[in-house]
Amino acid sequence: MAAVGERAVEGRFGPYGGRYVPEVLVPALDQLSVAWAEARDDPEFRGRLDELLRDFVGRPTPLYRAERLGHLLGRRIYLKREDLAHTGAHKINNAVGQALLACRMGKRRVIAETGAGQHGVAVATACALLGLECVVYMGVEDMRRQAPNVERMRLLGAALAPVEAGAQTLKEAVSAAIRDWVTNVRTTHYIIGSAVGPAPYPALVRDLQRVIGDEAREQALAAEGTLPARVIACVGGGSNAIGTFYAFIEDRGVELIGVEAGGEGLDGRHGASLVAGRPGVLHGALSSVLADDQGQILEAHSISAGLDYPGVGPEHAQLRDSGRARYEAVTDADALRAFRELARLEGILPALEPSHAIAWLLNSAEASAQAAASAEGYDLVCLSGRGDKDLAEALAALGDLDD
Amino acid sequence: MTEATVTGGERVAAAFAAARDEGRAALMPYMVGGFPDARTSAAIAGAYAESGADLVELGIPFSDPLADGPVIHAAATRALAAGATLDSVLAIGERIASAVPVVPMVYANMILARGPGRFAQLLVEAGAAAAIVPDLPLDEAGEIGAELHAVGIPLVPLVAPTTPAERRREICRRAEGFVYVVSDTRVTGERDELPDGLAELVGAVRGEAPVPAAVGFGIGTPDQAAAVGRIADGVIVGTRLVRAVAEADGGDAAVGAVGGFIHAARASMAEAGRAVG
Ligand SMILES: Cc1ncc(COP(=O)(O)O)c(C=O)c1O
Repeated sequence: MAAVGERAVEGRFGPYGGRYVPEVLVPALDQLSVAWAEARDDPEFRGRLDELLRDFVGRPTPLYRAERLGHLLGRRIYLKREDLAHTGAHKINNAVGQALLACRMGKRRVIAETGAGQHGVAVATACALLGLECVVYMGVEDMRRQAPNVERMRLLGAALAPVEAGAQTLKEAVSAAIRDWVTNVRTTHYIIGSAVGPAPYPALVRDLQRVIGDEAREQALAAEGTLPARVIACVGGGSNAIGTFYAFIEDRGVELIGVEAGGEGLDGRHGASLVAGRPGVLHGALSSVLADDQGQILEAHSISAGLDYPGVGPEHAQLRDSGRARYEAVTDADALRAFRELARLEGILPALEPSHAIAWLLNSAEASAQAAASAEGYDLVCLSGRGDKDLAEALAALGDLDD
Repeated sequence: MTEATVTGGERVAAAFAAARDEGRAALMPYMVGGFPDARTSAAIAGAYAESGADLVELGIPFSDPLADGPVIHAAATRALAAGATLDSVLAIGERIASAVPVVPMVYANMILARGPGRFAQLLVEAGAAAAIVPDLPLDEAGEIGAELHAVGIPLVPLVAPTTPAERRREICRRAEGFVYVVSDTRVTGERDELPDGLAELVGAVRGEAPVPAAVGFGIGTPDQAAAVGRIADGVIVGTRLVRAVAEADGGDAAVGAVGGFIHAARASMAEAGRAVG
């Protein structure tokens, strides 16, 4: 594996990770590993990225004390406001970083997959900013349920490539993007949208998302003088979660909790690859996946397009096995209620993805009403994105729920 | 030597040698096992063996075949819907395995689901001669490679036009069975002309590997098969045949179409002969 001295980009996380890809991609992954190992230590690259994160993305994002939610839960709760980043989600951190890297590698054509459309919008935005050609693969079902983001991507000058295979959601969009990359690897950089895929992507995406946790840890210490008791984030592919967790991994007293899509419940259709998956290879990495006994990958299901994926980043599988982080699942219905609750309590419309993290807090407070109120410390939640994109879908589903 | 002591690797070597002795490249048609259904697929396998295939590449349907184009993906999806499994597809291969060496092509996740040791055993029981795992590059071959090696079944490595020379030499040096040369960076599908640089790439692989070099991805006509056969040891035809099955009006028509193509390709290859030794 390509490596630059001791600062090689990790390719394995315990047994997980690796590069299970067609041979044709291996040299491009080698090149990407080397490019990233060099770029992340290059003060000029770092300086340019930091400047864009500050002036274009709007970082640092605030750490907001959610008083009314905290009152309801009987605990102090802080929200890391990635919903306030440019384009409305944490995805922009990765998109801007990788688009800059593409320029550095001399690749002027960029491709991406998207589920919720947030990553697609972020990549289209970064490509507009840097003058790169952009093609976004998106499942037809996701184009339907995330229609506003489809329009945004087109306005930003990206070409949309509808994907009609399979369930027409994120898994097929990733496959289609990888196929494009196999075909055009010499001219094209693939900006994958989460901490998944063949090495070096899981480490690369984490390195670009760790700004969330680095900022949040400092902000939390400034506000409270101590570290949070619990850090909570939703997990689709796992990029906002690993970005948030990473700064706290050595802080042994801080509990790390990842919340997956429980969909209709774990005995029905869901997207809980860590809670209910098995070891397997999907999209180039060994991780925890939803698959049958034959090794066929199963379709995931979630109300939230960004969590509707049968795999997860390999570093989360390692964190789960080591016990450093724990993962739980929250149903569609609970996420929808949390979506509405946060809007009413805090004046914040969260995306359906982080609504899962909020829902976990609401559920756990209910489960231990007394204990929660008296437990020491405070919680920090990554509010990974805003909910405008989900309005139509969420309102319709809430209507059904209330009937 | 009795049949039982012949390893898969030896059968592969013998098939390439027999074609070479006839002054042509070996023809290796690909099929999606279980497509469009088990019965038709078994008939197609039989037609492959009877129409002049020197080896048969047997695709095991997988839900997420990253290295395959839309035609083969769609065929795999349909085969899975019709109930295809690793075992049922290997059973199809087993029926022709005494006539022609069968080379299953299977994605890594299906092997890991069974366990590499158990998988190797299944291949032996089905009489398979070699295996291709398109998403298992050299660096990840590990346990799967070791288990297959232990039972005498070569894990066929792939070389792409993008593979750097140094890496290519390492892949070739360790190669068993044959080297699968991916003829273009485009995903499997059919092409109009032979890509630039193919002759040089195949020449390099033939010089560096102790085993034959077969070229695949994108060969769509008997003429193309003949052109590739002049410079390579083996010619793999995939999408063209899968599409013929997909477009055929019923099982008999499918069997007739693939048999006709294989027959024609082999005749063209024999006529064109070889430009290399
Ligand atoms: C707002 C938001 N949060 C979370 C996710 C899930 O991705 P990840 O687990 O990589 O953070 C998405 C994906 O689209 C998203 O848009």
